[in-house]
Amino acid sequence: MDGVSLLTITVLAVFVGFEVVSKVSSTLHTPLMSGANAIHGIILVGAIIVAGQAHEPLVLAVALLAVVLATANLVGGFVVTDRMLEMFRGRKPGGGKPAPGPDKQKAGKAAEKEKTR
Amino acid sequence: MTLLSPVWTALLYLAAAVCFILALKGLNSPRTARQGNLVGAFGAVIAVVAVFLSVQLDNVPWIVGSIAVGSAVAAPVARRVKMTQMPQLVALFNGVGGGAAALVALLELAHSDDGWMRVAVVFTLLVGAVSFAGSAITFAKLQELMTTRPVVFPGLPVVMSLVLLAAVGTGVGVVFSGSQALAVGLLLLGLVVGVLLVLPVGGADVPIVISLLNAFTGLAVAASGLVLGNVLLLVAGTLVGASGTILTRAMAAAMGRSVAGILFGAFRGGSTAGSTAVSERPVRSSSAEDVAVLLGYAQRVIIVPGYGLAVAQGQHTAAELAQALEERGVDVDFAIHPVAGRMPGHMNVLLAEANVPYESLKEMSEINSEFKTADVALVVGANDVVNPAAKTTAGSPIYGMPILEVADARQVVFLKRSMRPGFAGIENDLMYEPQTTLLFGDAKDSLTKVLGAVKGL
Repeated sequence: MDGVSLLTITVLAVFVGFEVVSKVSSTLHTPLMSGANAIHGIILVGAIIVAGQAHEPLVLAVALLAVVLATANLVGGFVVTDRMLEMFRGRKPGGGKPAPGPDKQKAGKAAEKEKTR
Repeated sequence: MTLLSPVWTALLYLAAAVCFILALKGLNSPRTARQGNLVGAFGAVIAVVAVFLSVQLDNVPWIVGSIAVGSAVAAPVARRVKMTQMPQLVALFNGVGGGAAALVALLELAHSDDGWMRVAVVFTLLVGAVSFAGSAITFAKLQELMTTRPVVFPGLPVVMSLVLLAAVGTGVGVVFSGSQALAVGLLLLGLVVGVLLVLPVGGADVPIVISLLNAFTGLAVAASGLVLGNVLLLVAGTLVGASGTILTRAMAAAMGRSVAGILFGAFRGGSTAGSTAVSERPVRSSSAEDVAVLLGYAQRVIIVPGYGLAVAQGQHTAAELAQALEERGVDVDFAIHPVAGRMPGHMNVLLAEANVPYESLKEMSEINSEFKTADVALVVGANDVVNPAAKTTAGSPIYGMPILEVADARQVVFLKRSMRPGFAGIENDLMYEPQTTLLFGDAKDSLTKVLGAVKGL
């Protein structure tokens, strides 16, 4: 691809990047950072290409190291973000108080057990 | 053999890029965040499958094996890490991403004959290495493998300038000669720059630096996209670079800091006002029973949780205490400082984990005017975020950071391990005020005792 097209893509991506995170509440800063962190793990694609073209053992070794590191970034990044966000599940504002939920459920299960006995 | 034509490959890369944009967009709101993250992961899978099907690859078993190794190491760690150690794990993942980008650039140098291409190689090498080394130092600081205070030595600015000059010189050399040896030298210089950049940053500012280094890695990935002629890397890297920059500024604003001030503040000696000396002034310390009486007969209690709570794994006990007080008819809220814990939003995650209802978590702007009506402000393992020095002491490392106005409450109770100053290393004058009571001990132990005493009232 020629230089001007690449420049166009880059500039547009910069604006999209600015735009998508312009108004985030501080509550979500950490998950957002972590999610963005996972996305740059896509350098894995680059590492795979380089490793796939390696012919000398040393080059292959370095490239495979890059593959391992990039995979750790990509996989670990998405998993850790998911774990953070798991914590937000079911607690939307106005969605009622979920806190007593588990206790009630436990109580309900316990009652069921009593019945089955 | 390649199964996909270039057109199909480009379309798949486009799909992956759209997934990444949707992922960032989804992460904007608690409702769509988790879904957004999954969309991002899906995009990554599309991209990896596309590269296997579209490029003539040798060594495929080795590559697949390496991917398996990377996943096998990272996924369980990410699954099992304690919520309190989340920030350093993010720093670590960011660092290895930067390292991978630098290694890719190093290997691609042999294939780039064009001068501009080599400029991109040099940029990736340097920024990737800075990100790797900087993240390693932030990891060490957060894991408390090293001091969390700014590390400065006389002549640091001079050393930094010399190393940067050397790096630029070597970079120019690489562009003109294409020499592998010089490129390795540049990589090493980049590592030194990364270390020197982060060492002088004070502990409280480390999260902002992680975000900045995250943006750096994004830029390194974008540049490696130019080197490899891969549009997806270019787009994804640029997205992260741009959004990371905005996010870094938003985080810094939440703490009342400027990014330049954080990076270069210690160079100018701005942090020296934070003395570690513990003064001998008298404080009023108290028993769990007294605290329980204060809380149990109050009408309105505002709990201010901090990192100490998280470290002691006391968030569940805090939630129970809040519930016990609510049952007695006390109005209880949690006041969340934007940077409570170690990262913006960290405390929300921890308390949500402990099943504290979302509505009880109040953001700083919302709750600050309500401290005046509170009978008791219960500060659990927090210090810097309630330190009035941020408003009164110019030159203090936290000067200018917005704080929670706990001093407005009728009574202030601190649950603290010791009189040791907080993460930023400065004393809190609030602890010597007449309305303040201290209860020493591990946050969880103290909370358990107070909870027991409240139930016995």
